[in-house]
Amino acid sequence: MLTVINVENLSKKYTISHQQRGDSSSLREVITNGVANFGKKLLSPFSLHSSPVFDSHEDFWALKDVSFEVKQGDRIGIIGRNGAGKSTLLKIFSRITEPTTGSVRIKGRVASLLEVGTGFHPELTGRENIYLNGAILGMRREESRRKFDEIVAFAEIEKFLDTPVKRYSSGMYVRLAFAVAAHLEPEILLVDEVLAVGDLQFQNKCLGKMEDVGREGRTVLFVSHNMAVISRLCSRCVYLEHGAVAAIGETSTVLERYLTDGFSNQSGDIVFTGGEKDIVRFISARTAGTDGVPRTCFRSDENIRVLITYQVKQQLSGVSVAINITTGDHASLWSMGDWEEYPELFEKREEGTWIGEWVVPANILKPGRYYIACGSGGPSNYFHHPEPFPFEITVEGTWRPAYRQFGVSGGPLAYKMTVEKPVRQNIDK
Amino acid sequence: MIREKAIQPELLIEPNRPVLHYWRDVWSYRELFWFLVWRDILVRYKQTVIGVAWSVIRPLVTMIVFTVVFGILAKLPSSGLPYPLLVFAAMLPWNFFSNALSESSGSLVGNANLLTKVYFPRIIIPVSSIIVGVIDFAISLVIMAGILIWYGYLPDWRVVTLPLFLVLVFLPLAGFGLWFAALNVKYRDFKYIIPFLLQFGLYVSPVGFASTIVPEKWRLLYALNPMVAVIDGFRWALLRGSVELYWPGVLLSTLLSLLLLLTGFGFFRKTERVLTDVI
Repeated sequence: MLTVINVENLSKKYTISHQQRGDSSSLREVITNGVANFGKKLLSPFSLHSSPVFDSHEDFWALKDVSFEVKQGDRIGIIGRNGAGKSTLLKIFSRITEPTTGSVRIKGRVASLLEVGTGFHPELTGRENIYLNGAILGMRREESRRKFDEIVAFAEIEKFLDTPVKRYSSGMYVRLAFAVAAHLEPEILLVDEVLAVGDLQFQNKCLGKMEDVGREGRTVLFVSHNMAVISRLCSRCVYLEHGAVAAIGETSTVLERYLTDGFSNQSGDIVFTGGEKDIVRFISARTAGTDGVPRTCFRSDENIRVLITYQVKQQLSGVSVAINITTGDHASLWSMGDWEEYPELFEKREEGTWIGEWVVPANILKPGRYYIACGSGGPSNYFHHPEPFPFEITVEGTWRPAYRQFGVSGGPLAYKMTVEKPVRQNIDK
Repeated sequence: MIREKAIQPELLIEPNRPVLHYWRDVWSYRELFWFLVWRDILVRYKQTVIGVAWSVIRPLVTMIVFTVVFGILAKLPSSGLPYPLLVFAAMLPWNFFSNALSESSGSLVGNANLLTKVYFPRIIIPVSSIIVGVIDFAISLVIMAGILIWYGYLPDWRVVTLPLFLVLVFLPLAGFGLWFAALNVKYRDFKYIIPFLLQFGLYVSPVGFASTIVPEKWRLLYALNPMVAVIDGFRWALLRGSVELYWPGVLLSTLLSLLLLLTGFGFFRKTERVLTDVI
């Protein structure tokens, strides 16, 4: 088989500047720093390395020495935890950012889908946006014209073709955007987790389309956190960890490796800072399985113990200690205060160091990242409330929510079917 | 079929690719370039009530104000020309320059969401926003023709040199545009600096007055402002040469503009390499 992508010693460095304002740098800083440097040089002109005034820069290697090959017609899944360098890799392949060292050789026309609806303009109509988005994704005008009807039919927006897309529902918007992308005919398609959009029916349609693309002998690189989709779509996988290739090969082998890695992830307790002046202060927190050993990655079929250690500096009443578990986008899942189980604590809470334990039940949360915030207070006072800390559910374990990709919970709903009238008999006669 | 297509020149991605590839890329993305121009024009007139009429009203009102302030109140000399003609001939290149420059300098930041998701040679963004300004320029040119007819002051052979002076606007326009578009990515201060510079430029450039009021010994110094040569050129070409051209100034301006364009391109390319990492 022909090698279509050849990655050699690819590295990408980002320089992180630790500024007070994370925003774009302002001229004033550059000027004042420049003046300060100049002043320093004037004062000590012979110092060999005139260290800049602000040396709060730090190098971060998003990718380090990555090499692999992709054969024609391969469907490669790129997996790894957050920050492993998956998106950076796709960005280099699609030429959005330049590598720092190393090279990539690509044979064939590349189309990248890093986002659904890139370049859509809200003021333009659906029709106009199809042409515009097509051009942005690399379609010739002639090609867009030829596929126009197909795109419109796929997106199911015939009636709204001449309505500005700002008036579209979000579902329509996403359908139109994916429809344009799905009708690209590149030899190599780069996709970054764009399938997690639209309603369930449309998602399945998209998945089907992606499978078609693979069957047509095109090469697909697919970044996703959704292992179910990866195993359905991809023949081989590249597993990235801290910017380097940790494993590469058959999907099942690499997935196995990825999943077991999640469990060896050992981390200590989270130690909180701040709150020194508060009467109730949080000291540390731990997420753990049944064995109590701290870790932050869990299977979806196990209970998660959340242990919070806090200090009460003087005897109190009317105060409770609570946790709030949220999704990555701040939707609260549960919040529970200890007074619900121990009403007497609300009346009187003794001085000392306490450990509160909550248990997140198994088979409720789907794979993903969640956050726990803890806080203390009462109707009239409010104490230390440290930064939320994350835990991750990575593996579906023995309990698989399959394609129920929608919603926060993947917990099973009871389902039963009864036949009211046996139909088959009628057909037979 | 796919096998056949696969025998394509391969794409090599590595740090610091040579400039030659860049121009080849620009050429292959020309269709996207026109699509961006088309998008900007569509969007521009979609949400305005009177649409294109703005392109007529704005320059006309400015012309009247300038005529009243400089011509009637300040009684500045007009080389024997009707003052509105003098002003409007200057406003043609100035308005184009000023509108296109403010559009192009904000263009990279304005399209950040596009830049971080797809590849294309980034230079087509500021350049396409300059091209959008040509529409307004064309409309103004029609108004100019109307005014010339109204005053019965038809241009002579010199009018054929007008395209040359149009090229002469493009040089500093593209030069400044590339510089500012790239600088704006890193230092958002330019968002505030550019409107100020343009307002300032309107008064230091001979838009409301003839450049002949500048003393002879300062003329060369005055030509350091590249718009001086352009504006004089437009007046010379449209108004039968009744405004003398100061050739050393034109030459100096052209050289400066070329220098600006070259350095602007160089700086833009340098910024482009790290663009998506800093924007």
